[in-house]
Amino acid sequence: MLLKDKKALIFGVANNKSIAYGVADVFKKNGASLAFSYVGESLKKRVEPISQEFGGDFIFDCNVSLDDQIKSAAELVKKEWGQVDILVHSVAFANRDDLQGRFIDTSRAGFNLALDVSAYSLTAICQAFEPLFSKNASVMTMTYYGSQKYITNYNVMGVAKAALEASVRYLAMDLGSKGIRINAISAGPIKTLAASGINGFKTILSTIEEKAPLKRNVDQEDVGKAALFLASDLSSGTTGDILYVDSGYNTIGI
Amino acid sequence: MSLEQKVKEIVVEQLGISADEVKNESKFVEDLGADSLDLTELIMAMEEEFDVEIDDEKAQEILTVQAAIDFIKANQ
Repeated sequence: MLLKDKKALIFGVANNKSIAYGVADVFKKNGASLAFSYVGESLKKRVEPISQEFGGDFIFDCNVSLDDQIKSAAELVKKEWGQVDILVHSVAFANRDDLQGRFIDTSRAGFNLALDVSAYSLTAICQAFEPLFSKNASVMTMTYYGSQKYITNYNVMGVAKAALEASVRYLAMDLGSKGIRINAISAGPIKTLAASGINGFKTILSTIEEKAPLKRNVDQEDVGKAALFLASDLSSGTTGDILYVDSGYNTIGI
Repeated sequence: MSLEQKVKEIVVEQLGISADEVKNESKFVEDLGADSLDLTELIMAMEEEFDVEIDDEKAQEILTVQAAIDFIKANQ
């Protein structure tokens, strides 16, 4: 029970295929109390039963591109829990049109939207929740290798993930003096609701199976277990880091 | 179980409706109350069950239960 008595706030569960669902599952099995965000009614009806399944303490509406809603969420969490030990940011968005064709054709509005929801939201959340983080709190976000190398169709999301990873390093310095850690997990491709926006996803999955050192794709549980390491005292000396959970794919050349 | 029955079973499960509501001609949005996330989840569930890839453009043409059955039959 590595997370006994820990309170874990989870942004970004959409359904039981979500990476954040796999993370919540492992956290619950290790004794954490959970609370979940949702955005609007159509996600509320999905997140509500998942929260019940995990015995979540509460759920809350939070569109991470709106500062007011993040502020209200922080107020609610303060009232419900008083403090936060673990915060999981598993949120990203881009227009479908910006996830195909040429990156060069990305519009200013599409670029701003992707960067706002997928990258700035982490900073906005850390800003609002900083006063609530307990001593030795752990924050984590989800990134992808498309931030480092060209990945077909990943386009503006690759740029957003690069900004997200850089944000992790800068946030690590700001939060570090308080003992708060922040890291990113760079998971291999997993078929989630968000991944449904990426064309040719099946080809990406079969490439990993063929070429990655472990010769398989990763799943939500693989990520959950890495998240457990980051959330728990086991990673007490690790911050600002990008932890790859990708069957080793990022390590290969030819 | 026939392909048709399997498709209908997925629709029932994903949309949380009763089996007798699901007819071949039922439209996912208008008749069965699906929202855009439901549609994406439906497509994903069918891709997984029948091991087919349904790209965005094709997915936008699959508006009824029958259209889903036809697509899977033609692409399996």
